[in-house]
Amino acid sequence: MSKPQPTIELRTSPHIKSAPTVEQIMRNVVFALLPISAFAVYEFGISALALILTVTGSCLLTEHLFNRAGEKPNSLRDWSAAITGLLLALTLPPGFPLWMGVVAGFVAIALGKVLFGGLGFNVFNPALVGRAFVQAAFPVAITTWTPPLAPGRFLEFIPSTLTAPFMTPPSVAAWSHHAVDAFSGATPLGLWKFQGIVVSTSDLFTGMSAGSAGETSALLILVCGAYLAARRMMDWRIPAAMLGTAALTALAFRLFGGSHYPTPLFVLFSGGLMLGALFMATDMVASPLTPLGVWIYGAVMGFITVIIRYFGGLPEGVMYAILLGNALSPLIALITQPRVYGARRERSKP
Amino acid sequence: MTLLKWFGRKSFSHGVHPQEHKDGTAHRAIRRLPFAPRMIVPLAQHIGKPSRPLVKVGEEVLRGQLIAEADGFMSVPQHAPATGVVEAIELMPSAQGPRVRSIVIKVYEASSQEVLCDQSQDVDNLDPDAIVQAVQASGLVGLGGAAFPSHVKLKVPAEHAIHTLVVNGCECEPFLTTDHRVMLEQTDDLIRGTRYAMRVVGAKRAVIGVEDNKMDAVETIRARLPADGNISVEAVETKYPQGSEKMLITSLLGLEVPSGGHTFHIGVVVNNVGTLAAMGQLLPRGRGLIERVVTVAGPGVSKPGNYRVPIGTPLRYLLGYAGFSGSAAEVILGGPMMGNAIASLDVPVTKGVSGVLVLSSNAIGQPRTVHPCIKCGQCVSACPIHLNPSQLGLLAAKREYDLMAEDFHLKDCIECGCCSFVCPSSIPLVQYFRIAKSVLRERAA
Ligand code: SF4
Ligand code: SF4
Repeated sequence: MSKPQPTIELRTSPHIKSAPTVEQIMRNVVFALLPISAFAVYEFGISALALILTVTGSCLLTEHLFNRAGEKPNSLRDWSAAITGLLLALTLPPGFPLWMGVVAGFVAIALGKVLFGGLGFNVFNPALVGRAFVQAAFPVAITTWTPPLAPGRFLEFIPSTLTAPFMTPPSVAAWSHHAVDAFSGATPLGLWKFQGIVVSTSDLFTGMSAGSAGETSALLILVCGAYLAARRMMDWRIPAAMLGTAALTALAFRLFGGSHYPTPLFVLFSGGLMLGALFMATDMVASPLTPLGVWIYGAVMGFITVIIRYFGGLPEGVMYAILLGNALSPLIALITQPRVYGARRERSKP
Repeated sequence: MTLLKWFGRKSFSHGVHPQEHKDGTAHRAIRRLPFAPRMIVPLAQHIGKPSRPLVKVGEEVLRGQLIAEADGFMSVPQHAPATGVVEAIELMPSAQGPRVRSIVIKVYEASSQEVLCDQSQDVDNLDPDAIVQAVQASGLVGLGGAAFPSHVKLKVPAEHAIHTLVVNGCECEPFLTTDHRVMLEQTDDLIRGTRYAMRVVGAKRAVIGVEDNKMDAVETIRARLPADGNISVEAVETKYPQGSEKMLITSLLGLEVPSGGHTFHIGVVVNNVGTLAAMGQLLPRGRGLIERVVTVAGPGVSKPGNYRVPIGTPLRYLLGYAGFSGSAAEVILGGPMMGNAIASLDVPVTKGVSGVLVLSSNAIGQPRTVHPCIKCGQCVSACPIHLNPSQLGLLAAKREYDLMAEDFHLKDCIECGCCSFVCPSSIPLVQYFRIAKSVLRERAA
């Protein structure tokens, strides 16, 4: 040919795609978690910062090492390991010993993700797998809380943070008392459950309470979640179903069970329900595929959360509720599979 | 009022809303493309058997003259798109990839290019079978892109009674506006063609479905409908793939085509507006299909618009006339959702080409990395057939084709591409399904 042909590409249809890509979604989830992480650092100081960096680093490193070992392509750029790390760190107590954080991050990726076959194949939310593991392995450290806004939190680590591996962490109580007068060492849920004290809803809403690093401010979590939902990068139906069901369940208990049950608002804004509903239950991989299934899935988790909180041995039930929801999700997807166009309900097999 | 209109909109469930990109061509009246110096008329430009040439190399042909006859019922004849001399009958490149036997005509520059083969006939007094024959003789195929012989589509097996003829004026593919222009400019041809088709299939009524981004077309048609009220025009929601037969039937009539069945099983025949307008134009004059309307659009052409293009015009000529800048990331025949990318500009415009899109890399985006399925459910919420493309995709990767067909309704997939369009992991789902289906077809054969 005399004339050079213009280079034209040959792709298969459809030739146009709707945004966003996996990378864009995951990157934005990370962005949405950053303000929450920043607030955790503001509330709990350098200990929280160190914890977030350590846990996230542990997740990224674990993912990288498994990629190398399995000779798989670099999957760090899909950002999913970073999300796991951030979420995991945000669910831990701010003074959680760093070495335990490393263990949590390793377990989350290794057991929660790689074991199942990597991104897209995990049955459970990897961050919650890591959280469940350290909850079982280190029951004391994971229920050791520190007060928010302690003076000197930017200068001094919470003593437990720097515990050497396999050593008993020093008691935080002394530090807490010297930091803030009369800190009882309990989260609002714990206070309610074991001592009958109810923290004001507005404190819960803005986050002025003890708790896991990133779970305290319901307001901030809602705003960050709304950003993702508005950009269509998060399925708003899951938190809507989960929070709605939790509130209704709580309302029913209060109406029919008596006023020693907390108000629905307290239930919504305390503990890890907000963070869990908006950022963990919405893990796409572990939630059902079908439109109807998504609502059922959310409702099941909301209901179980409240039941565990009221009747379980622990003050918090979000983690187990979501893990259970994850386990049920394939079944929910199966029974809510919509009827195929033009097919009869029951599969006609000769 | 607006809200009411919104809720009352006729539609189907699921589907997607790609950017329309129709503004560049929708308001431009159809213009006639000059004759290219050389025309390439493939003998197989329709689904079915290739036609048989009736002319020899060196023979002179007149515009509109029959140059190849149908080979059996599943075939259509070809007519000369221009007056000239047959230069060759040989294998030529085609848009489908493999070379096809084609009649190459060297066009006489000085010819007046008048169509001399008119044989007017009174179609209204022909019986249905005679109309089917006349349609076949005109060489008409589905102009919406399928290129399925029109007379075959109209020949409904006798055991099925047809109650409604659905006329497809959706044009749900982005960029394309040929049907839109034809509805505006050939309204009477369209209504005439619709009447013929109703007569052939024995339908008492016809419904013309038009997406509601073309309300001007709805009004133009409504103003010219015959008074007997048997033909109506309805606006349907602008949503892809509204123009798929199954979806449009559901939107307009609330019926579903049974899985594995045909539209005539539920008493419906669907035809495209472009096809019926051509029928209304060609049949009374006894002419053959020698030209069609083509949308030329995209960032790569400076004179986008709708052109009346002689069948057989090389793409290079058409694009040159439309101001092709010479650089394009992709050239697509048809729409961006279901059209095919082509490798060479030396292929001709055939009867099934509704559009030529010259897309820049901006329009189609960078090639994307394929990630594993993250089970986001977007494809499930997009699939108009309510399949589970995620599951099908996983099975396709494992080549579990039989399982896909038996348990996951692969054969009901209409290959609309909604699933690939929304997939954030950029999995080429519909491509997997096309491959799976063709493997299964081959195994069955
Ligand atoms: S291509 Fe097939 S599977 Fe994908 S959305 Fe269309 S019908 Fe559904
Ligand atoms: S859209 Fe893609 S990533 Fe999402 S569920 Fe479907 S196949 Fe998986």
